[in-house]
Amino acid sequence: MASASQSKKPQKLPGDKPSWLWPLFRTSVLGFILFMLSFPIIAFFINAFAFRWFYPQLFPKNLSMDAWENIFNPASGVDLWGALSTSLFIAVTVTLVSLIIGMPTARALGMYKFKGKRIVEFLILAPIIVPGIAYVVGLNINFLQLGLASSVFGVMLVHLIPVMPYVVLTLSGVFANYNADFELQARTLGAGPIATFYHVTLPAIFPGLVVSGLFAFLVSWSQYILTLLIGGGKVQTIPLLVFTAATSGNNARAAAISLVFIAPAVLILILTSRFLSGRSGAIGGLGKV
Amino acid sequence: MFWERFRIPLMLAPTLFVIIALFMGGLIYGLLQSLGWQPIIDNYDINLDAYANVMFSERYANEFWQGLALTLWVSLASTFFTSAIAIIGALLLRESFFGKKVASFLFQLNLPIPPIVIGIGMLFLFSQSGLISRIGGSLDLIERSRDFPILVKDHLGIGIIMAYVWKEVPFIGVIVLAVLQSLGADFEDVARSLGANRWQRFRHVILPLVMPGVMSGSIIVFAFTFGSFEVPALLGVSFPRVLPVMAVRFFRNPDLNSRVEGTAVAMIVALIALLLVLAYMWVSRRAVRQE
Repeated sequence: MASASQSKKPQKLPGDKPSWLWPLFRTSVLGFILFMLSFPIIAFFINAFAFRWFYPQLFPKNLSMDAWENIFNPASGVDLWGALSTSLFIAVTVTLVSLIIGMPTARALGMYKFKGKRIVEFLILAPIIVPGIAYVVGLNINFLQLGLASSVFGVMLVHLIPVMPYVVLTLSGVFANYNADFELQARTLGAGPIATFYHVTLPAIFPGLVVSGLFAFLVSWSQYILTLLIGGGKVQTIPLLVFTAATSGNNARAAAISLVFIAPAVLILILTSRFLSGRSGAIGGLGKV
Repeated sequence: MFWERFRIPLMLAPTLFVIIALFMGGLIYGLLQSLGWQPIIDNYDINLDAYANVMFSERYANEFWQGLALTLWVSLASTFFTSAIAIIGALLLRESFFGKKVASFLFQLNLPIPPIVIGIGMLFLFSQSGLISRIGGSLDLIERSRDFPILVKDHLGIGIIMAYVWKEVPFIGVIVLAVLQSLGADFEDVARSLGANRWQRFRHVILPLVMPGVMSGSIIVFAFTFGSFEVPALLGVSFPRVLPVMAVRFFRNPDLNSRVEGTAVAMIVALIALLLVLAYMWVSRRAVRQE
C-alpha cells in the first residue's frame, strides 16, 4: 500500500531538465489567463457602484447605490420585478416540463439498443447545431396564426427546443450507468410502478436530475432571440431588459441589471463545479456530437 | 405484447414531438416562407426571389457578401482562439499547486454567464473609455481616451471575437480537463521515462489524446458563434453586420417583403452552419483516424 501511494508523487525521470523557469512561466501564463477571464466580472462590480467616474481614473472616487435603487424602483421605468418573475416562471416551468418529457427518452437512449437510435440521437442533438434564428422565424408566423405569439405560453414552448438536447444528453449519461435490476426487485416484492419510480428510480438518478434541471434552467434563463421574436416585446424577461440597458449607454444601470441576471448562474456554477470538473455523463455526452 | 413492442417509441415520443413539431416544423415553415409561400395574403407561389434579391440585387448584394465574410471570419477566429487558449489553460490547471480550487473556479466562471453579459463586459473593458484604456491612462501610456484603439464596435469584429473567446474558453477547457482527468498520468510517465521533454510530451502524447474532445467542443462553439445574434448586435457596427443580425433586422421590418428576405437570410445561415459542421466532422474524423 505504502509503495503504491508513493509512486503517485512526481519522480525524477530522464525527460525532466532541472529548471526553475517552468514554474515561473506556468504561473504567469495561467495567472494572466485567469485574470483576463475574470476581469469582466470585476468590471461589472466597479461599474455598478461607480458614480461620476471620469476618464483616466482607474477606480471611481465616488461610489453610490443609485443604480441599484433605480432598478428596484418601479417608478424608474425599469420593471425589474416584473421581468424577474416572468423569467423565473418561464425558466422553472420549462425546466420541469423538459425533465418530465426528457426522462423517458434519456432512459431509452441510455439503456437500450434499438433500430434508428442514431437518427433519434441526431434529431435530438440538431437544435444545438442549428441556430435559433433559423427555426424561430418560421415559428413566429406560425405562432401568430395559432394565437401563441406574444404569450408566455408560446415563449415556454419555444424555449423547450434548445433545452431538450441538454436535458436528454445529461440524463442519458446518468441512465447509461444505471442498474434497472433494482426496479425489478421492487416490482417482484409487490411495489407498483409509481412506488417503484418514487422509491427506487428517483433516488438513484436524483443527483443527475438536479444537474440536468440546473442546465435546463440556465438555458431557458439566458434565451434572448427566441423570447424577443416569439414574445414580440410583450413578454419582458431579464435578458431583454439587459440588452435595452446596454444599448441605452447607462453603464451603471446595465451593470446592476446584469449582476442580478447572472446571480443564479454563478450560484449554479458553485453548486455544480465539483460535478463539472470531474468525469461526468454530461460532458461525456458531448463526445457524441 | 403491446406494451413491450411500443415501449421504446412511447418513451421517445414526447421529446421527439417537441423536436419534430416545434424545431423541424419551425424550420420547414421558415423555409416555405423564404420561398415566398404566404398563406396570410393568399400567395401560394413558390419562387427563389427572396434569395436572388438578398444575394444578387444591387440593394443587398454588397451587404450580404460582406456580412457572410464577416460571419465566417468571426466564427472561425473565435473557434480557433478559444480552442488554443482552452488547451493551454487546462494543461496548466491540471498540475497540482497552491490555490488550485480558486483557480479552477475562476477558469469556469464565465461558463454559465449568458453571452449578452459577456458582451457588456467587453464594452466595460475594451471600449475607448473602458478599464483597459484607463489602465493605459493611469500609466501615462495614452493621453486621451480616443487614443485607445477601437476594439469594440469595430469593422473587423474584434470585440465580437473577444466576447466569444471569453465565453467559450471555459466550455472547451472543461472538456479538456475531463479528458485529461480520465487519462491519468500513465501515458505521460511512459513518455517521460523514454526521455521525451515537455514539448514532445505535449505535441505527441497529450495533444492527440485531447483532440477528439476539443473537436466535438469546437463544433458546438463554431455553430453557436455562426448563428448567434445578441453579441454581434451589441458589439458590431451597422455595416458590415453578421448574417444573423441582418436576418433579424430584416425580419423585424414591418414591410412584408423585407420579412421574407430576412427569413431567406436565416435559412442561408442555417444551411451554411449545417454544411460547415458536416464538413468539419468529416475532416476531423479522418484526421483522428490517421493519428
